[in-house]
This record gives sequence, structure tokens and C-alpha cells, in this order.
Amino acid sequence: MIEKIKDLMYQPEYIRNIGIVAHIDHGKTTLSDNLLAGAGMISEELAGDQRFLDFDEQEQARGITIDAANVSMVHKFKDHEYLINLIDTPGHVDFGGDVTRAMRAVDGAVVVVCAVEGIMPQTETVLRQALKENVRPVLFINKVDRLINELKLGGDELQQRFFKIIANANKLIRSMAPEQFKEEWPVKVEDGSVAFGSAYHNWAINVPLMQKTGINFKDIYEYCKNDKQDELAKKAPLNDVLLGMVVEHLPSPKVSQKYRVPNIWSGDIDTVEGQGMVHTDPNSPLAVMVTNVSIDKHAGEIATGRVYGGTIEKGTEIYFVGSMGKARIQQVGIYMGPERINTDQVPAGNIVAITGAKNAVAGETVTSYGTKISPFESIEHISEPVVTVAVEAKNTKDLPKLIEVLRQVGKEDPTVRVEINEETGEHLISGMGELHLEIIAYRINEKGVEIETSEPIVVYRETVTTKAGPVEGKSPNKHNKFYVEIEPLDKTVFDAIQKGDIKEGKVKGKSQASTFTEYGLPKDEAKKVWDVYKRSLFINMTRGIQYLDEIKELLIEGFESALDDGPIAREKVMGLKVSLKDAKIHEDAVHRGPAQVLPAIRKAVYGGIMMAKPTLLEPIQKVFINVPQDYMGAATREIQNRRGQIVDMSQEGDMAIVESTVPVAEMFGFAGDIRSAAEGRCLWSTENAGFERLPNELQRKIIKEIRARKGLSPEPYGPDHYLS
Amino acid sequence: MLYFVGLGLYDEKDISLKGVEALKKADEIYAEFYTARLFGTSISCIEKMLGVNIKILSRAEVEEEAIPLKNAEIKDVAFLSAGDTLTATTHSDMLIEARKRRIPVTVIHGSSILSAAPGIAGLQAYKFGKVTTVPFPEENYFPHSPYLAIKANMELKLHTLVLLDIRAHEGRYMTANDGLKYLLKVGEEREDDVISKDTLAVVIARAGSQTPVVRADRIGKLIEEDFGGPLHCLMIPSDLHFIEAEALVVLGGAPEEILEDDL
Repeated sequence: MIEKIKDLMYQPEYIRNIGIVAHIDHGKTTLSDNLLAGAGMISEELAGDQRFLDFDEQEQARGITIDAANVSMVHKFKDHEYLINLIDTPGHVDFGGDVTRAMRAVDGAVVVVCAVEGIMPQTETVLRQALKENVRPVLFINKVDRLINELKLGGDELQQRFFKIIANANKLIRSMAPEQFKEEWPVKVEDGSVAFGSAYHNWAINVPLMQKTGINFKDIYEYCKNDKQDELAKKAPLNDVLLGMVVEHLPSPKVSQKYRVPNIWSGDIDTVEGQGMVHTDPNSPLAVMVTNVSIDKHAGEIATGRVYGGTIEKGTEIYFVGSMGKARIQQVGIYMGPERINTDQVPAGNIVAITGAKNAVAGETVTSYGTKISPFESIEHISEPVVTVAVEAKNTKDLPKLIEVLRQVGKEDPTVRVEINEETGEHLISGMGELHLEIIAYRINEKGVEIETSEPIVVYRETVTTKAGPVEGKSPNKHNKFYVEIEPLDKTVFDAIQKGDIKEGKVKGKSQASTFTEYGLPKDEAKKVWDVYKRSLFINMTRGIQYLDEIKELLIEGFESALDDGPIAREKVMGLKVSLKDAKIHEDAVHRGPAQVLPAIRKAVYGGIMMAKPTLLEPIQKVFINVPQDYMGAATREIQNRRGQIVDMSQEGDMAIVESTVPVAEMFGFAGDIRSAAEGRCLWSTENAGFERLPNELQRKIIKEIRARKGLSPEPYGPDHYLS
Repeated sequence: MLYFVGLGLYDEKDISLKGVEALKKADEIYAEFYTARLFGTSISCIEKMLGVNIKILSRAEVEEEAIPLKNAEIKDVAFLSAGDTLTATTHSDMLIEARKRRIPVTVIHGSSILSAAPGIAGLQAYKFGKVTTVPFPEENYFPHSPYLAIKANMELKLHTLVLLDIRAHEGRYMTANDGLKYLLKVGEEREDDVISKDTLAVVIARAGSQTPVVRADRIGKLIEEDFGGPLHCLMIPSDLHFIEAEALVVLGGAPEEILEDDL
């Protein structure tokens, strides 16, 4: 098999790089396992129970997938063999970052939807992540047997249910697919880009196969009803149907790189390297996008990435475009689950495992040493950390090792933020939720450092509610003054930044101005935006001030550092429009260096914030609960007791679906409470839903708590502290 | 009463007699050495010589906490700084603030690099334009303005005194060599010919000491030389009066060819 894979690697038209994405518990990992079993990689009896791709002990224990895991297999379709590189991704909201990164590596996605639950919020999220990366979807409706055996639906009702799911999926695809594919990409029952089945019972079927075999919905009903699904599995084997669908409907790298490369790569397509990528050319300059980094006990850092151009070879020197570092590759290979199989070379169009890529981070662009290429666009994470824990080593002798391990953890999972404080020895890890942090803590222990973690702490944000200024910020030597106006950023612009339609970062050139005006920023301001940072704008509204150019970078640096660390409680600031209205600058360069300019602009921003009715924002989660009707009251009480709001309630058979929003601060311990409230008979999931204003009656209390925790004076300073 | 006392250029003996009297009268003596420093002496030498106690203040203590001003409201305070007390530094703000607070002020001058440097090199003080300072380059901060100040002065046929950055708290004092390299680098980035290796420059080292250095030459040559310990400063002359040209040759060892271009 290895030989076949090595052979197929060089024929991009016979490669499919795919991901399996779904809402949690809709059956991704079971599906992946059965696909592997079909390919002869694990025993068929064990598939489904074995959770082959969940090779982390934690994953097997919790029954959920945490890391995206990879595997390659060969599938025969219409007389030709195909190399299928498969990535299984986590469905739990706490691990959303992994999904985004995996999407950068693949060209197509199998979207798994549970027939009982239908399209769930996270189905929508992962589908959006896929389409944003120009990854084409096909649909697999799973757990069909449960519709028949548990919900007792008949043949007609079955069809109705399917059409509803397909229509919902296509609505999403049509609205989020790239412009040129809005007609082509929606899935169609007739052409077989939708399949139905049961991953657990190892069968799947689509309309072309129904026509060929004569099996109809009534037959399916009978097979399930009479406990003969194993017979169905022989006539319509899961792995054949699914992989057939993948080969037929999902694009090869040869097809997809043509439209994906211009979307995900910042360089000029007409260059040698641009053309090499567009044509999946193994002889063009090397271009690899790193999508994941893991640390292997024996082999060290292993970077996983997609080779878009050229060929990566063992023993050669590679260059990291972003960090400008270099490394010598010890090995390259492909994945077979937890195993890596070394192949000496991996050409364009494949997913590669690189051993010895020291200091690589996810999102990095790799080329050969001595070659210059533009970097890939950074991978955008839709969600951001909302919960923090403080971590301390149990034994002081582990202190140095803990720092090293924390750095590793931050590298392995870019959705984790690690703040190392060598002075206090109390380090902070921020993640997507309580569960995410529990897993991280477990991993740190696994790496041989015993730690103690604090209770989880919610991450708040600071913002303003009204306009203030211009206020005057003075430099310590009083010879430089900056006049700044502060107001809340308009919601349309804010949302555009949040969605990634307006990119964060320093504004280069004038081309971005039209994007700003498109979202309603007045023309005179749009042309003068200096920086987009933390969903805030910094706009230079001054004119003709001598030397301003020389301190522009310092002003931006000071603005950003002020937003990193707000004046209310040293939480991050977001959603501001900061306009520099005027500046008085000292003639001599030494009197307006960083030591003068940075504090001056920071003070102006802080003073302005404190005058603009500042307020604390708290993170909110959407919570979806699926319970039997009888327990609906108990479930809604659970939400209401947590300052939650019920957004929607609906019924499916005898199940009730409750949709609500709840502050993250109130969600700690929810898992246990809802389980006992519903006596174990509920399914629930969450999704981060941004930040909302903390209720007035809680503001003072929470601000005090945060400040006490951080060792600050109990009350924030007033504007005079910064402006006098 | 607040006495602003200039300590002069180099060692403990540069202070004026008036300055000595003021120190003896004062209840509190503060000094700052973040803007400049006396290299020929130490603070304890001055203390010993005059039999007084001197507290050295940091930039934050002077600029943000305003310790000298606060104390001057209730007692006699002397505030010491190197050079002339209100010239090259930014203490003018303190003078204004003192007047606003109705604190009586006496200013006791000291000798300053602003007059000393042109003087010992034989350049005429009348012919100088803007003074500029070359800062230590930092991330996000490599200003071109010192170069532009020289350029603007040149266009008006004025000489430029170029001071070099001091980071007393880090023990860093920019050498003339680094200052010249900075200017050359700006010249390269801007691609104009205001300053190149062929430009004539004057290096002054340890003005006010027994062993001052005055060296005038093409920048390319000066950059290779060692001028000894701090403090250093530079002058970039514009068109030279014949006496000035002669001075640079005789006092600074400038190449004789510059005599041919004089006025």
C-alpha cells in the first residue's frame, strides 16, 4: 500500500484531500473509523468502537475528538486508484480552531449531519469555515436507522426529513460559497452528492446507487426495521459509497488549487511560484502552508502542512517566510493515524508531516532556503478565547520545565493563549471554554509537569458607550502632546472586522480605503485609517504636522498597547474609534523617542476611555439543549438560573429543542447540573457568541474582583489621572 | 527658592562660585544626569569638595513626580544638571511651572557644549543653524529628522551641531562613530547626497577636560578613528569662512584641500 501511495502522490488528478466535519456527536469519528476499516487499515469488528483516530487517551476516555487527526488511504473507483488524504476534525465548540486550520489543508469536506437532529449550529459553523477557505462540501446524512427504529418514521416521512436537511444545507452553501460556485456547489440528491446511511452500521446509499440496485426507501425502512442492516451494508457498503462520492464530487488538488491559491495566498499569481501552485507543479518553488504543529516525544516537533507548490524533501534546508527562520528537515512523510510513514519526498497537492521543522508554528509559510516567496494568508479563527486559568507548578523544581511545556502547548494549539510570567511564576492559559482548558491542563500533566490550576476565570472586554474628547495626552517631558477623540466604533464596521471582511493590522497603501467606505466610514476618515486592532480603528485626522511621520509607528504601537491592557481593569479593549485630532511634537528626535511618545498616546487613549462612559463586556455563549418534553421545564430553569435568555423553543417528535444565550461566567459546572436536571436524558452544545454588556448592577462588583485578582487598587483611576 | 545650577562641562571644578554659594545655602540638593553627565568626576567628589548631600533623581522623579518643585515650595532647593542648566535639556518646563507656582527662582549658568564645541574647533557661533540630536535607533524608531535638520541648515549655509544620545541609566553614550554611521545610513535610505563618506565633519570628544579631542576630516576617515571615552558630539560644517577653514586644518587636522574651497 505504501508503494501505491508513493506512486499516486505524483498524480494530483488522482488525489483527494478531504476533511470530515460535523456538529459534535453526529458521527464523524465513527464514520472515519469505518472508512479505514473498509480500506483494510483496522479490523471491521473493532471499527466504531475502536475510535482509531481518537488516539489521544483523553479522546478515547471522553468519547470526543480533540485534535484533527490525519490518515491516508487508497480507494479504487471506476478502474482507477485514488489517494485519499483524510482529516478528522473535532466538533466540540471548544476546539473550533483545529477545524479552521484543517480546512486550509484540504480541498473538499464531507459534512456529516445526524438525521435525528438535523443541521445544528456547529454544522453551520464548520460549513462556514469550510466555505470561507473555498473547500467544497458533500453531505452525508447519518443515523438514518434511528429515524426508523427510534422515531418510528415511515418511508415518506424519511424522505421529507432528508429533503428538509438538504434544503437547509443548501441554503447555507448558496449564501456562503464563493461567488463563481454558488450554482455549482449546492448538493443534489440526483447526482449523488448526498448520501444517507448509518456510519455505525456501516452502510450508505445515494440516489444513483438506489437506481442501480433498485433499493428504494421502503426497502431501507424494512432492512432497518427488521434488524438486517448488515445485509444492507453488504449491498451498499459505507466506505464504497462515501469514498466514491468523494472521488466523484470533490475536487482534486489539480482542479481546486486553481481557484484556492488566489484566495489563500498573498502573492502575485503570475510569478513562477504562483503559477507553480496554480498548476500543482512538483518542480516549481516549494510552498507549504503549515496547518498544525505537534510535539512527538521521540521525534520532536512535527509540522503538518499542505504542499501547494514544489516538492519537499528530507535532508533539505527550509525557510520560514513569516519568522525568517530556517531549519533542516529530518524526515518527510504522510500520516496513517498515529503513525507517520516516511517517504523521503512529498510533492505538491499532498498533506505532509515534516519532522525537524524546528520552531514552526501553525499558519507559517515554508519554502526552500534561499528562495523568496510571499506568505499564505493567515488562517482566521472565528472564535477567540473566553476563559483563563492560572497555572502553577506543584514542585518548584519543575518551574523551568513548565515554561517550556507551556510554550509547546501554545505552539500545538494556536487557539490557546499562553501568558508566561517568570516573576510571579503564575502563568495564564486562555482557551475557548472550560473543557478546552481541562484538556490542556491534562496535556501539561502528560508532558511530565505536575501543575495546579486555579478556578477558571472569565475573560472580559472593555469598551466605551459615548464620545469623548479631544483629550490631551502629554509626554513625561511635557514637550509632546497628542489630542485624541474616542467613540464607540460603528456596528457595521465592527461586524465587518469580526467577520474578517475588514482585515486587522496596520493599513498599508490606499487600497483599503474603499473597503472602509463600503462599511459606512466617512470618506475623509476612510483614507486616514492607520491601524485596525482588536476590532478598533486608529485614525489620523491631523494634517501637515511636521515629524508626525517619524513617530507614526510609535503612536500605533502605543495605541495597540493601550488596547491590550485597558484602564478599567486591565482587560483587553475593543470596539473603539480613536481619532488623532492634533499633535504637538518636539523639534529634536531624542525628545520624542519611544520613552516619550508611548506613554503620551497611552495616556490620551486611557483618559479618553475613562471620559467616554467606559463599560465592561462579558462573553456570551449560545446554548442548545435537546431534551424530552417532560424535562423541558427543568432545562429552561437551568438556563434562567444562569442569567440566560431563551431565544427559541421548538419540538421535534417528543423532543424539545431549547435555544438560549447564557453568559460564560454562569456556565461553569453546567455539564453536571443539566445532566442531573434532565436525569441524563439530554444532549446539549454551545457556541461562543461574542461579547455583551455586563449588567450595570454587576459592573462594580466584577471590576473590583478583577482588580483585586490582578493586585490593582480597588477602583479604576479617573480621567484626571491620565490627562493632568 | 529654587536654584537652577549648571555644573558645566566636565568635572567638579566647572561649577561657578555662585553655584557653590547656592549649594551651601540650599536645604535640599537634587541632581539629574539623564540628560548629560560629568565624566571627569563623580557626585561624591562634588559632595566632598563642598561638604553637602546630593540626591540623584531619575527622569520619572523629575518629570512626573516633580520632586524638586514640590520641595521648593517649602524650602530652598538647588537643582543641578550638567552643562548650562536651561539649554540643551528640557528643564524649561520646570522653570515655567515654578513661576506659575510663585516659587522664587535663581538661575546660575554653567558652560555649555552649545558654545564650547564651536569654540574649540574655531567655528563661528553666528553661523550655526538648528541643533539636532541623533537618537539610539529602536524598534519602530529610526527618525530621519537629524539628517533633515542638517540638510535644512546646509541649504541656508549654516553649520549644524549634532548632539549624540545619552542613556545614562543604561550606561550607553553614543560615540561619534555610531552617530556618523547613523547619518550615513539615513543618507543611503534617502538616496540624496547631503551626507556621504566625503562630507566634512568635526568630532569633539570630552570638551572641557584637559584632553579634549578636536578632529576634522571626511566622514569616511573619521569613522575609522578612536576618539576615546565619552562624551562625544559632532558638527557638520556648511560653507567655511577662511578663518574657520584654517582653524579646522590647524586645530582639527583637516586635509589642507579644504583651504581652497574657502570664502
